[in-house]
Parts: sequence; C-alpha cells; structure tokens
Amino acid sequence: MKPSPRVTIVVASFLIVCFVLSVTVLRHLDKARPTATLEEVLYISSPKVLKRLSLGYNGLLADIYWTRAVQYFGEKNHKNGARFDLLAPLLSITTTLDPHLIVAYEFGGNFLAPKPPMGAGRPLEAVELAEYGIRNNPNEWRLYYNLGFIYYTELKDYSGAADAFRRGSEIPNSHPFLKVLAATMAQRGGDIQTARILWSTTYDTAQDKTIKENAVAHLKALQVDEDVSILESLIARYRERTGRLPGTFSDLITTGFLKSIPKDPRGYPYELTTDGRVEVFAPNDLPFIQKGLAPGYVAPVTVKISSHN
Amino acid sequence: MSSRITCIAFNTFREAVRDRVLYNLIAFAVLMSGAAVLVGQISIGIERLVVINLGLTAISIFGIVIAIFIGIGLVSKEIDKRTLYTMLSRPVRRWEFIVGKFLGLASTLTVNTLLMAIGVFGALLYVSRHFQRSDGWLLVALYFIVLQFVVVTALSLLFSSFSSPLMSAVFAFSLFIIGSFAEDLRGFAAMTHGLIGWLATGAAYLVPNFSALNVISLVAHGRAVSGQLVLYNTAYALVYTAMAICGAVLIFDRRNLK
Repeated sequence: MKPSPRVTIVVASFLIVCFVLSVTVLRHLDKARPTATLEEVLYISSPKVLKRLSLGYNGLLADIYWTRAVQYFGEKNHKNGARFDLLAPLLSITTTLDPHLIVAYEFGGNFLAPKPPMGAGRPLEAVELAEYGIRNNPNEWRLYYNLGFIYYTELKDYSGAADAFRRGSEIPNSHPFLKVLAATMAQRGGDIQTARILWSTTYDTAQDKTIKENAVAHLKALQVDEDVSILESLIARYRERTGRLPGTFSDLITTGFLKSIPKDPRGYPYELTTDGRVEVFAPNDLPFIQKGLAPGYVAPVTVKISSHN
Repeated sequence: MSSRITCIAFNTFREAVRDRVLYNLIAFAVLMSGAAVLVGQISIGIERLVVINLGLTAISIFGIVIAIFIGIGLVSKEIDKRTLYTMLSRPVRRWEFIVGKFLGLASTLTVNTLLMAIGVFGALLYVSRHFQRSDGWLLVALYFIVLQFVVVTALSLLFSSFSSPLMSAVFAFSLFIIGSFAEDLRGFAAMTHGLIGWLATGAAYLVPNFSALNVISLVAHGRAVSGQLVLYNTAYALVYTAMAICGAVLIFDRRNLK
C-alpha cells in the first residue's frame, strides 16, 4: 500500500507547526517559571546521598553540578542578584562527588569568599572548601595559595595567610613565590605591594579566563588606589609650598611635582576637584577601587570585569 | 472517521484492562496503606508530606512504566497477532489506527490515575483526619501527571512505529530521563555559542520538557500552582503530543507491513 501524498503533506505540515508551537510555548513556560533553569531548591541537597545515588558515575554528575554552579553564579551576577545562597551547597556537592576537581576549589576561593555583589560573602565556607580540597589533594600547591588568598583578602588574617602560603611552599614543585608570599605576609600584612604580588601571582598561575580577568580588575584597582594616594600627597605638598590648592594638574607639572598629566590604567586622565581631591573618570568600569571615588558614590550591583579595559 | 477511531480506542482500552494492567492498583493500594500506617509510627510531622510525595510519585512512576511498556507493544503486538492486517483490510486508514491506539492507551492511563488518586486522598484522610483547602492543588499535580502520561504514550507509539519493542522501550525511557532534565539542557545550550550553540539549542527544544510538569513537591507543601503554568503546560503537552503522533503517522504510513 502506497502512502497517501495528501496525508503526508497534511501531517508533515502539522508536525512542523506543532514543533514551532512547542518551542514558543516552552519559551513562555520558561518565563512563567523564572527560576526554573537555576532552581533555588536543589533536587537533592545532601552530597553524600547524591554520591550514593550516582551509582559510581559520580565523575559525570560532578561535572554536571559544576556546570550548574557556574551557571548559577553567572545567572545571578547577570540578573543583579546579590544573593548566592546556592553557590556553597553546589560547590560542596560538586567537590564531594569529585574531590579532585581543582577548578571548583579555585572558583570557590574567588567567588564564594568576596562580599556581595562580587561574591557570596562567605569567606569561612570558602576556607572550609579550600581545606577540604587540600585534604583531598595535598600535593596541589594552588589550593594552599587560594586558602592564603582568602585569609589575606577577605578575613585580613595575615598569620593564617602566612601559614597557608608556608604549607604550600613545602609542596614539591610548588611556585617559588609561595615562600616569598609567606615571608612577606608574616612581615607586613596589608600593604598595596603585598596585594599586588598576590594578584599578579594569581594572574600568572590561574588557568581560568574569568579568574584571570578578576585578577586584572584587582590589579587595575590597586594601581588606581596607589596613584590616587601619591597624587593626593603631591597636592598636599604643593599646598604646603604655595599656600593654595592646584587648579589643574598643569600647576603640578609647572612646579615640577609631575612630569605629565596622570592617567588611570585605562588611559583616562585623573580628574582634580576644586577641593583638592583626585577622582577617576567613569568609576563603574573599575570595580574594587577604594580611592578616587566621588563622595557618596555607590558601586553598581553588577560589576563589569573585563581585561579589555 | 471518528467512529472508527473511537472503536479502536475502546478496543485498546478493553485490551489493556484484559491484560491486567489495572492490577498495578493492588500494588499501589498496598503501598499507600502501608505508608499511611507506617509513617505515623516512625516519623513526626511529615505524615501528610510523605503520603502526598509517595502517592503522587508512585502514580507518576507506575503510569510512566505502563505508558512505555504498553505503548511499545501497541503496533508490534497487532503485527505479531496479524490482527493489524484484518483491521487495515477494512476501511480503516493507518493514521486512524495510530490515533485510535493512542487515545485508547491515554484513556486507560487516565482511568488508572483517577483510581490511584482516590487511594492517595483516602490515605491522606487517614493520616490527617480531614482535608485542607490546599489539598485541592493535588488535583493540579494529578492533571500534570496525566499530561506527562499523554506525552510518554505518544513517544512510545512513535518509537514502536519503526523499532522493535525492546529498542522502543529503551528509547522512550531514555527520552523520559532526558526530558526530566530538559531545563538544565536548555541552560547548558544557552552557554554555548555559534553552530554548536544552535545545534544544542535545537536539541534542547526537541526533547520533551517533563520538568515543568512535575509540581509534586510544590503541592506537597500546600503551595499554589499558577494558572499560567497550567495553561502553558496544557498547551505544551498537547502540541508536543500532536508532534509525536504526527511523526508516528508519517513513519507508519510508509512502513512495509508485508
């Protein structure tokens, strides 16, 4: 029996229409359930139960959970969501399923610890995650480095940071800078030079593009903080010498305090205010800066991190 | 035309009942009454939750298993018994056969679900002594479960129109699992770019979306289900089912039955 051409045409057309309709409805369905893709409730929140349920395929499941963690962080950051409640459990599940997934510990250190909106604001959980990573990967020096980093940047615990760097420096084939970092941290904790060494080492050793971009953004912010401090001290010296504030940076150049108009790391000239303060142009593009901001400036919730600036 | 489809559907329903499909109700009754009695003795404060979660999950799993295992045999059984030739020698078109078979199994599953739902409400009444206003949302969850069965039945029929019963079962079950993670798939596809992104997005939209049809844990906590979700889920299930049935008709229409 030959198939009827009429039935074929009608049914095939109907099939195409149905597919188009199904995609349209599905898109509406996704909008009707805004948190559907990255649910605020984990299907199963216990890492141990999940590991048992994975029937030995825990590697693949860890990869899936890791991808969900990345998606979750990206989606929250993109949607101006300042809360990252599921980031810690997602990372915990991921690393329980695959304790050797080093990138998950690195991600934890960089995005779990910083205060919102930059991260989840959970430095203690980040420390816990890093220690768990070290217990499972004792020869991975990057994990000690991450741990020291969290102690240094978020907890301001310089002795904790020094200890973590020292432990890392004892690992065979570890980065030689860990010894320097351990010593520097023990000697002088919170100065800009130490922070610059840390972020530069992060940039040099990280393999992930996002972590590298984050390090670049921090290095630029440190540069701005240092520039503004130097410029403001020069303005103070100018005032001491002349008895008045400089009107423009040209005044500082003519008196020999500066050689040229100072520029920020993006190449924009710094701005001198009438009350002798130094401000940066468009500070939204320079997340993490502490200085050079207008009084009352509030940083945007979504932070732009780009190495192209 | 409609009388022929109705006749095939009714016979499919009768055949399923004769095949003792509804025997699963006994297992379900034992499970529900056992859970209702047991949970009150071993747990505190979650009796209602366990009865609802267990009841609705069991209805869903029993129904999916029936939809797949009966669905895959709808065509092949008729060929093995040679009853298909008798049917098609009469003024019955192939597409009418497929649609009739689908409607027959879908109604069997709907009746089965209704009977099991009575069991869930009975167990719920036993553990909490009275119904709550929020228990009405259980009906929405049950409706979504029926929609799930309708889609799975259509998919089983689609696979059985060109494959052996064993392979059809594997395909249908795999697609059910994949469909349960459809939202994750679309999320992953959204992260890719270029040609791979297009292909991944296309594949993510082609697989059935079962996750939106599962509101069991939501209604177990007495939470409301939005009317918008009911509307979109209904539209989606009907459109996707129509798509699968169209595919089955197109394949079956070309199949050499000699």
